[in-house]
Amino acid sequence: MSPEQPLVRALNVHKAFGHVEVLKGIDLQVERGQVVCLLGPSGSGKTTFLRCINQLETFDGGRIWVDGKLIGYEERGGRLHRLTDKRIAAQRRDIGMVFQRFNLFPHMTALENVTEGPCQVRGVSKREAKLEALALLERVGLSDRAGNYPSQLSGGQQQRVAIARALAMKPKLMLFDEPTSALDPELVGEVLEVMKELAAEGTTMIVVTHEVAFARDVADEVVFMDGGVVVERGTPAEVLGAPKEDRTRTFLTRMRSEHHA
Amino acid sequence: MSAQPPVSADGQAGASAEERPGRIEAVPVRHPGRWVAVAVIAVLVAMFLHLLLTNPVFNWPFVFEAMNQRVVIEGFIYGTLLVTLGAMVVGVVGGVILAVMRLSPNPVLSGVSWVFTWFFRGIPRLVLLTFTGGIGALFATGLSIGVPFDFLLDRWFGTGELRLFTLSQTEINVLVGSIFGGIIGLGLSEAAYMAEIARAGILSVDRGQQEAAEALGMTRSQTMRRIVLPQAMRVIVPPTGNEVTAMLKDTSLLIGIPVTAELFFQLRNIGSTTYQLIPVFVAAILYYLAATSVLMVGQYFLEKRFGRGFGSRMAPKPKAAAGAGAGAATGGAK
Ligand SMILES: Nc1ncnc2c1ncn2[C@@H]1O[C@H](COP(=O)(O)OP(=O)(O)OP(=O)(O)O)[C@@H](O)[C@H]1O
Ligand SMILES: [Mg+2]
Repeated sequence: MSPEQPLVRALNVHKAFGHVEVLKGIDLQVERGQVVCLLGPSGSGKTTFLRCINQLETFDGGRIWVDGKLIGYEERGGRLHRLTDKRIAAQRRDIGMVFQRFNLFPHMTALENVTEGPCQVRGVSKREAKLEALALLERVGLSDRAGNYPSQLSGGQQQRVAIARALAMKPKLMLFDEPTSALDPELVGEVLEVMKELAAEGTTMIVVTHEVAFARDVADEVVFMDGGVVVERGTPAEVLGAPKEDRTRTFLTRMRSEHHA
Repeated sequence: MSAQPPVSADGQAGASAEERPGRIEAVPVRHPGRWVAVAVIAVLVAMFLHLLLTNPVFNWPFVFEAMNQRVVIEGFIYGTLLVTLGAMVVGVVGGVILAVMRLSPNPVLSGVSWVFTWFFRGIPRLVLLTFTGGIGALFATGLSIGVPFDFLLDRWFGTGELRLFTLSQTEINVLVGSIFGGIIGLGLSEAAYMAEIARAGILSVDRGQQEAAEALGMTRSQTMRRIVLPQAMRVIVPPTGNEVTAMLKDTSLLIGIPVTAELFFQLRNIGSTTYQLIPVFVAAILYYLAATSVLMVGQYFLEKRFGRGFGSRMAPKPKAAAGAGAGAATGGAK
């Protein structure tokens, strides 16, 4: 493959929970350094798709490649073989994930949360990991909170620690699943600010969000999903400014009215 | 509207300052019932002390003499404390392994764990210990570890005996007849109970924790060891404290093996030869109470250790905070 291959390539991804088909053939391509925002109503399968990319969820059809490597499977002798848990864990190292509900480790301080991945997975020495972690915490504006436990931090601070924790693995790709939805309105800004900086530094990101303004300002591509399919995609100006599809228009109108309410 | 406090404008400052309520100095609610209770309890305690101090059957000097006997102290240290410690180590380690097996996606592992728990939880400890002590009878020709059915393989292929090592019946009897047999018997029984406690603890940890750890690229076992179990301990420790005290008391069942180097057996022995039964029972009670009191202190510290990070009233660890401050001294806020 050429060095200019996209960082993420998803083709015809299908996923069902029991008999309910949640993803019905998703295609997505993300170039290096690009920010893609996934928009869509509740239940449209955004979270599920994001989780498929790092194998927190297995998918039933289609393929996903990250950095040219097939995710979750290996092709040998014309057949797909499921990867072992160990090799799936190894694939996840290059993919950072930020969750809606932060999921910080409550028994560890902010600093320990950030050093855990490098020490346990990348095999970095404790001292080096600590220096890196302090630099990352400073980058998200929390150098004075390194010794605090998550329960002593505000939601916005917790989410910024979670971003630092994911960045500590030096991932090639960052996945964000509604990183600001669980936050009080006045705390949303500080998290979006950190994400904007990451985007400006050239981090490749896939962001599920309901923050239309963020998508407009930061995204290279906006993908609108509904009912397990991609309804519309394009630049923010196209999808947010002049949506072609009715479903997109309805969704955006509702989002905007909710935001100004 | 009428509820609005009459605060504000400068012109009324003097008047409103008077009206603003100050420090509360109210008369506390009286609790006459509590004083009645105190009086009743004081009388009961006095009656109890009267009984303890004046009834000659207690024979306090004999109580302490019995407690000071060498065999009694040794019985306490080996049969009671050491067996409790050993059985709990076997029980906790075994229980956590069983719980992890039980929750594993591998149906063989989870089935084995279920059967183990079903078997050992169903047997009274006295019966289990008696059986353990007598298990040597099963191996009249000794017990060998090696390839099963090797005599068939020998008959068919002439492989000879395929045995790593063999214990004679006498060796087995010595082994299971010692406190080692007690530790194994009680430990396996305990593992079955601890498995359920550990399983509840593991299940109490939010699923998002496992996902966050796996998203970092941690393997299943790293996730279990570093993320899930430390948080599960918060739920596991308190009932385990109960299990330790129960185990401490169950060491008195060692007589089933029979192991005689044990506190209660030794004291009862003294009691029956001297006809001083009440004093030796009191001596046993004092020993058990002392040991369980020490355990409660230990449990307190364990709970504190594993409660770290839970509950927001805790001050940040000064050491970590100081280190962070020094490391980031040049940075400052954005
Ligand atoms: N583990 C699961 N088992 C069964 N059904 C599930 C599971 N996870 C998700 N679903 C279903 O899949 C559908 C898509 O869910 P998903 O969480 O991907 O939606 P979403 O687009 O992220 O929605 P939201 O905006 O509310 O987060 C929903 O109908 C949901 O009920
Ligand atoms: Mg979602």
